[in-house]
Amino acid sequence: MTTTTGTRIRGGIGESVKRPDGIPKVIGNFAYASDLAADGMLWGATLRSPYARARVVRLDPAAALAIPGVQAILTQDDVPGRKTFGQITADQPVLVDGEARFWGEPAAVVAADDPETARLAVAAIDVEWEELEPLVDMEEALGRDEVFRYAPVRRGDPDATGTVVVEGYYEVGMQDQAPLGTEAGLAIPDGEGGVDLWVTSQWTHEDHDQIWRSLDLAPDQVRQHPTGIGGAFGAREDMSLHIHVCLLALRTGRPVKMVYNREESFPGHVHRHPARMWYRHEADADGTLVKVEAKIILDGGAYMDTTPAVVGNAVYFTTGPYRVDSVQVDGYGVRTNNPPTGAMRGFGVVQVCFAHESQMDRLAEALGMDPLELRKHNALTTGDPLPTTGQIIETPLPTVGVIEQLAAIPLPPPLDSDDPRRLPGGTGLTTTPDYVTRGVGYAVSLKNIAFSEAFDDFAEARVVLSPSGVEVHTAAVEVGQGMVTVLQQIARTALGVEQVAIVPTDTSEIGSAGSTSASRQTQMAGGAVLEAARAVRDLALEQAGGDDLTSDGVWRAGELVMTLDELCADGPISHHTRFRHPPTEEPDENGQGDLHADFAVAAHRAVVDVDAELGLVRVVQVDTAQDVGLVLNPQSVRGQIEGGILQGVGLAVMEELVLDRGIILNASFTDYLLPTFLDAPEVEMALIEEPSPWGPFGAKGMGEPPTISSTPAVVAAIRNATGLELNRVPIRPQDITGT
Amino acid sequence: MDIRFRLNGEDRAVDAGASQSLLSLLRDGLGLPGSKNACEQGECGSCTVVMDGRAVCSCLVLAADTDGADITTVEGLGDEDTLHAVQAALVDGGGVQCGFCTPGFVVAAAHLFESNPTPSTDEIREALSGNICRCTGYGGILRSLEGLAGR
Repeated sequence: MTTTTGTRIRGGIGESVKRPDGIPKVIGNFAYASDLAADGMLWGATLRSPYARARVVRLDPAAALAIPGVQAILTQDDVPGRKTFGQITADQPVLVDGEARFWGEPAAVVAADDPETARLAVAAIDVEWEELEPLVDMEEALGRDEVFRYAPVRRGDPDATGTVVVEGYYEVGMQDQAPLGTEAGLAIPDGEGGVDLWVTSQWTHEDHDQIWRSLDLAPDQVRQHPTGIGGAFGAREDMSLHIHVCLLALRTGRPVKMVYNREESFPGHVHRHPARMWYRHEADADGTLVKVEAKIILDGGAYMDTTPAVVGNAVYFTTGPYRVDSVQVDGYGVRTNNPPTGAMRGFGVVQVCFAHESQMDRLAEALGMDPLELRKHNALTTGDPLPTTGQIIETPLPTVGVIEQLAAIPLPPPLDSDDPRRLPGGTGLTTTPDYVTRGVGYAVSLKNIAFSEAFDDFAEARVVLSPSGVEVHTAAVEVGQGMVTVLQQIARTALGVEQVAIVPTDTSEIGSAGSTSASRQTQMAGGAVLEAARAVRDLALEQAGGDDLTSDGVWRAGELVMTLDELCADGPISHHTRFRHPPTEEPDENGQGDLHADFAVAAHRAVVDVDAELGLVRVVQVDTAQDVGLVLNPQSVRGQIEGGILQGVGLAVMEELVLDRGIILNASFTDYLLPTFLDAPEVEMALIEEPSPWGPFGAKGMGEPPTISSTPAVVAAIRNATGLELNRVPIRPQDITGT
Repeated sequence: MDIRFRLNGEDRAVDAGASQSLLSLLRDGLGLPGSKNACEQGECGSCTVVMDGRAVCSCLVLAADTDGADITTVEGLGDEDTLHAVQAALVDGGGVQCGFCTPGFVVAAAHLFESNPTPSTDEIREALSGNICRCTGYGGILRSLEGLAGR
């Protein structure tokens, strides 16, 4: 019988194992993309469109090229291969192709001896633009049939009626991921016509598959390497400067580095889709939901990026985690001249969760029911069909559990301080406790894990056992969330060997691990590592005729029968695997089918203090209960939950890119407000561990749910404090004061 | 232009551009990439260094104005073998995720603890409110530093 090495190994699953990159990060020598350098390196810079829509009348680089130290200036004419790129559809020109379609769209790129010269050269390019009328209104775009994707849901009786009807209209503004590290890359020509690229990315293989096409090279002539990334949250799911920096390196024959400054970073990556949503809920007098109807428009910006998948998520999670027999939804992702939108933590579910949870509160009020009782009464659970697609939910879905465990967390004490650091408005000394009203609000969310709708979603990993320990090779990208730690823990527990290193692996050395997004890498890269590690362990036991493997070697009946040195005398023992989650289907014409691989629920309760006269809000506490399958690393889980909640709080009360004719008016950290230490609420949490059918050891992805229902919980709390309707996030001071 | 200053305990004579920021001088001129460039407006604290006893955003300091100054960057606080207490606390306490803000937090927190070894929770929050972290929600950073303060 095989001895279960299980959880007894030091540094295995369930422990708050320290990050392997922790010390390099605190001493300042962890290498981010923006820190990289190479001998003879040039610096790149980008000429951008000053308008949301404009025709290029003239673009003449001659004068700029004459500046000493300028080595190359490239435009769309210099793209040797495919002229466009894009993850789902290659609809975005590598550089402006005669007409710029969003503010900040790259029109030309420069390589120069130093960054100052590169910037001067950009300013010296002789360019004339003719501004064209931009399309910036998403309803107008829909009217003109500028649609990236239309996704309907038709399920159940469309004529079903309830006795209580609640209608609502909701808006979500454009949120930015605002990762602290901006877009950055270093491309080094290999001297044989190819190029090596280190760049901020969430999915190296997907980028690679677009880059070589535009460079007109063979796939193996381009190698994309992992590098240090200062946060992502979806902003690196689509490409930024990747092709540009390679073009410059290949043209000049020298290493080229590009780093976006913050003003460039804002238009330099996709954002969260702004949304307009019309909802109608019908219920019986006892609160049983009868029908949910919705029309959802998402502003996809100028190019497609991942908009179709975001639309899918919004549509298929329109109702939240509640049973409804009749669901009728029309969802659209439209094309405008606003900044491109794509992936951001929560990926379409954030927008609809704000709407469906607002609706549930309004329905509870109309019914005279407690809002949590209404949610529990309709709670979706294992064995139920997903109300939108009809898919029978097979994963554990403790919707009632998260609600009850959340409600059991004690509320914070009443405001009992006149310390301005604990009052709305903070140290601005703007209010006193007499003007402050407290509010409490709840929200619940349902999110899919990993990729859906028949996407061939897989992750590769190779586990190599040698006398010095274990190497895990994977192209899965660490963006800060702690995946490298969790993969080490999974490998240790599966193998029984303590010494585990996660080896950075470029696109030529292994196949794709898929994107670090969709809360998927714990389950996908983790699943691959577990599968490969178990195979290596089996090989080792078989080779030595043993029943257990440890850092010392193979054991049989409690005695060491072969050391690792002896075991690997003929070379390392390794196994390479491609892990897939259970297959998913494409939706039929009514949006029906088994579209999703796994699900997770979470609930949030926000406590806020509001000065309604001044429109000031302080988010005091946000508590949560979340199904995480199994806690692999308590410290990492806590960190993901707290960080995700603060991004949800940001969307609720401060974070928005403000646009005028498609131009971002607040593309800086001075003007785009981010939550600071003084804005961060206390967080108490209850973790529910209902094992995923296919996650490693039952673990579920858990990075997105904290961001999803935290936003509507904060809004519900502000409504509770003020009595206002508040149908739009972020809530601005004027939304509260009405002035 | 020629600048002489004391950097991480060593006297240095360096050449800086007339319009160069201290951050650019450190990162691009002196090979000290620990101080991070995230906003260049003094809003996020990722580039925090201590200059003549004050925590400052090095992106807002003109390199030319540092002549004669005493400057400490994250690289001057500890190394792999001898971590500063703040560095050790952040690694142990879950105060690090992507890490891009971390050097700024390390410098700012070390500066806080130098003048106030037992800061209250509110004092920690206020002292570090000029440093933006996008990953942790500040919880892991707060617990790390509360632990260091003996709370």
